[in-house]
Amino acid sequence: MKTLAADSVQKTEQGRVVNDFSIQVATVNGSGSQSSNNVLMRTIFQMGIPVSGKNLFPSNIAGLPTWFTIRVNKDGYIARKRETNILVAMNPQTAFEDVKALTPGAICISPVELKLNDVRSDVKHYQVPFTELAAKATETLKLRKLLTNMIYVGVVAELLNLDDNEIEKAVTGQFPGKPKVVPLNVNAIKIGREWTRENLKKDDPYFIERMNETAGKIIIDGNEAAALGSLFAGVTVVAWYPITPSSSLCENLIDYLYEYRVDADGKNTFAVVQAEDELAAVGMALGAGWAGARSMTSTSGPGISLMAEFVGFGYFTEIPTVIFDVQRVGPSTGMPTRTSQADLLSTYMLSHGDTKHIILLPGSVAECYSFAGEAFDLAERFQTPVFVLTDLDLGMNNWMSDPFEYPTKALDRGKVLNAEQLEKAGEFARYKDVDGDGICYRTLPGTDHVLAPYFVRGSGHTEKATYTEKPEDYQNLMDRLERKFQTSRKFVPKPEIHSEPNSKVGIIAFGSTHFAIYESRDQLKAANVPTSYYRLRALPFTEELRKFVESQDRVYVVEQNRDAQLRDLITLELPDLATKLHSVRHYTGLPIDAQFVTDEILKQEKK
Amino acid sequence: MVQSPSNPAQSTNRIGLTLADYKGAPSTLCDGCGHDAITAQIIKAFYELGIAPHQVAKLSGIGCSSKTPAYFLNRAHGFNSVHGRMPSVATGANMANKDLLLIGVSGDGDTASIGLGQFCHLVRRNLPMIYIIENNGVYGLTKGQFSATADMGSKSKVGKLNEYTPIDLCGLAIELGCGFVGRSFAGDPKQLMALLKAAASHKGTAVLDVVSPCVTFNNHEGSTKSYKYAKEMETPLHELGFIPFYEQITVDYEPGSVQDVELHDGSHLRLKKLDKGYDPRNRELAITTMLKANEEKQFLTGLMFIDEKKPDFVSMSDLVDAPLATLPQERTRPGKEVLSKIMAELM
Repeated sequence: MKTLAADSVQKTEQGRVVNDFSIQVATVNGSGSQSSNNVLMRTIFQMGIPVSGKNLFPSNIAGLPTWFTIRVNKDGYIARKRETNILVAMNPQTAFEDVKALTPGAICISPVELKLNDVRSDVKHYQVPFTELAAKATETLKLRKLLTNMIYVGVVAELLNLDDNEIEKAVTGQFPGKPKVVPLNVNAIKIGREWTRENLKKDDPYFIERMNETAGKIIIDGNEAAALGSLFAGVTVVAWYPITPSSSLCENLIDYLYEYRVDADGKNTFAVVQAEDELAAVGMALGAGWAGARSMTSTSGPGISLMAEFVGFGYFTEIPTVIFDVQRVGPSTGMPTRTSQADLLSTYMLSHGDTKHIILLPGSVAECYSFAGEAFDLAERFQTPVFVLTDLDLGMNNWMSDPFEYPTKALDRGKVLNAEQLEKAGEFARYKDVDGDGICYRTLPGTDHVLAPYFVRGSGHTEKATYTEKPEDYQNLMDRLERKFQTSRKFVPKPEIHSEPNSKVGIIAFGSTHFAIYESRDQLKAANVPTSYYRLRALPFTEELRKFVESQDRVYVVEQNRDAQLRDLITLELPDLATKLHSVRHYTGLPIDAQFVTDEILKQEKK
Repeated sequence: MVQSPSNPAQSTNRIGLTLADYKGAPSTLCDGCGHDAITAQIIKAFYELGIAPHQVAKLSGIGCSSKTPAYFLNRAHGFNSVHGRMPSVATGANMANKDLLLIGVSGDGDTASIGLGQFCHLVRRNLPMIYIIENNGVYGLTKGQFSATADMGSKSKVGKLNEYTPIDLCGLAIELGCGFVGRSFAGDPKQLMALLKAAASHKGTAVLDVVSPCVTFNNHEGSTKSYKYAKEMETPLHELGFIPFYEQITVDYEPGSVQDVELHDGSHLRLKKLDKGYDPRNRELAITTMLKANEEKQFLTGLMFIDEKKPDFVSMSDLVDAPLATLPQERTRPGKEVLSKIMAELM
């Protein structure tokens, strides 16, 4: 088995590695390094080179180790890369381990007093007197720690040959509305850069050269993208409870709502409540959905567990709402700041009794945006809670994307009857399947017509919403709910299928796993294993699934959980094809990387 | 559209509806249940006030009390939610449509145990709604276990004594800053009627803790929530009279003997003083009076506390006039230029 990563490092022009490496900055959380890291990433992005930024942080506010990784890749691969080429080792607590983890030939920028050159001799060391330089940057002691972070930006900028104008632009963008802060930071970068020019001799192959691959693109995280999707979906009621890694979804949304959804007279076209817990959050979302608002909540695994009873209620009484689950590592508290795709199975069948839910599975920030909009339409069309499952990697990390498109479809508010329509119909039964698609008509509280009112109950109910314990009533209701669920197969987002002619090996994946698959398929092709790829975008499955599995000899279901949850769901869906299914699982809490997928598939292919 | 009464000979209220128009399905509770007496007063209060039923949403949790919204106001939407979680559903419904008059019926199990957290936060937000606790000290639907409001030393039907301190929901509501707290008794229809009407006119959470005996599991000798015990021990703080905003106010009392509270919609609640010192606007006095009454095993009823000026959840939400649920796409989806601007900022 060849290691393909080694190959790509060798692909250099006269010993130069251009626009294809990863930079890792190791700091302490709460030290203010996030701004510096963003400046570094933005500068490279502005120079036209594809980048991605991942923040590996502890569940803590200050004082524990944190790592920020910027992957620079001319081919547009933006998944996590396992090896680090350039380390900025600012954290004495982890510096020793961080340097030990480097591959030979990597470079290490560190404070001179850490004496890291003693640790590894096969790594190129650049030792910098950060304390001394920070003293030059400011006389204010308090600011020195913050500006030290900008000094390493200057060192990296000089070594990689970053453009000064782009740096200044990135700094300005980082501190909007703080004109005094900008020159202070730009100056600190300059101090780092000048010291490097005068004192260090560049002796490594890594360079940044301008490209034109990022023009017109944006950088955004999935939570902000989902917030924008909700904003343009016309959300009116938001109820939430803070939980990592989903908090920034609602926080971003609230900021946008106050900016763009306040009427000319200063009145809000939305209502937001920070609830007392996730049970209350989803209860409010359902109460609002019942009363006719576009409502939502966002949470992560522990919140999903708490919402279980209410979600079953919403399914059974047929109330629309949208629930975002930004997945983190479970079970229990798990690792709150690490990523996972292990809520798939439990969310799909969340709550007691026979329940099944529509789940959308965005595989990019652009889909976090567009699926948020889809989710509200589907929730109201199917009168049921709809989930959008993302994860920490997609939700909280920085991704490059084409700008989002303005929605072309009008909002689908579903089958709602007003007083006039009731008058015309002359009759109304809330749970009667008039159209044969399993979806009934509903009325909203406040509708001024004697036929409008009905009684929502989580207990057994008849077509007219009255209480029942009759066997046939219950069974009819459950069968009709199943019919409705089957109808939804035709409405949920279809998979994205990338076919390779004559491939024998198929890959099925969803969500943030996509980025690793995108890169891995090129690696596999180079290793003579061409693959076709089925990117699942929603549950329930659509009719394309069977055709895809049938078309391949072996299908690898790649996912970020221990129990092969998606593979199991496909097995339930296509029991006759189960022997074709193979599993690749990554569940360390770190985002899956392409090399892992490639190695696993080659191993199982015995190549 | 208001339907004209089916039989013009029947008497109608100010919007032309009959008492029958405010009724619900027949009750399936035990004969003589206190809850049915409360239901009857709700029907009468809403009829007499001439509230349009379609503007009402009735909500509940789980338990015997929570079944009762099915027994009144058939012409209003109803919502029988999950156990102890009615407050969150009511909050969401209010966010979606602030014009709905919300009436929630809960029990002592639903509110004081499984739903205590949501109850507290509903009160804290001052969500405008009538929140009735039909308090009988037992779990009826699961056959007679003590609830968290059972008095210490109260005897269960099988002879067990309750050893735990009861949760006083009125005291708790006052502590949490509730602007309308009343306590009453299912066997005192006149007082309950005045409190219900006043609660409907209040802007904010109106908590009504109504002792409502469970005839099957908690109406025996030794129970402190039985008809007999409540009747004997009831000590009204005042005589209550309610004058709706659409009726002329008359002055037929001696100055100083009556306290007049003007409510949000212009209605008046008149408190004819029985216990000279009691002023329901005095929060400290309310708390000390209740603590003392609990110690002395007195069953105080009446308007325990009122602060009719406290800002409610809706005014704090600063909403547009039209209910959010009715806003068209033009008002909820920002224009294309907004997205372009945001995208440019992210480039």
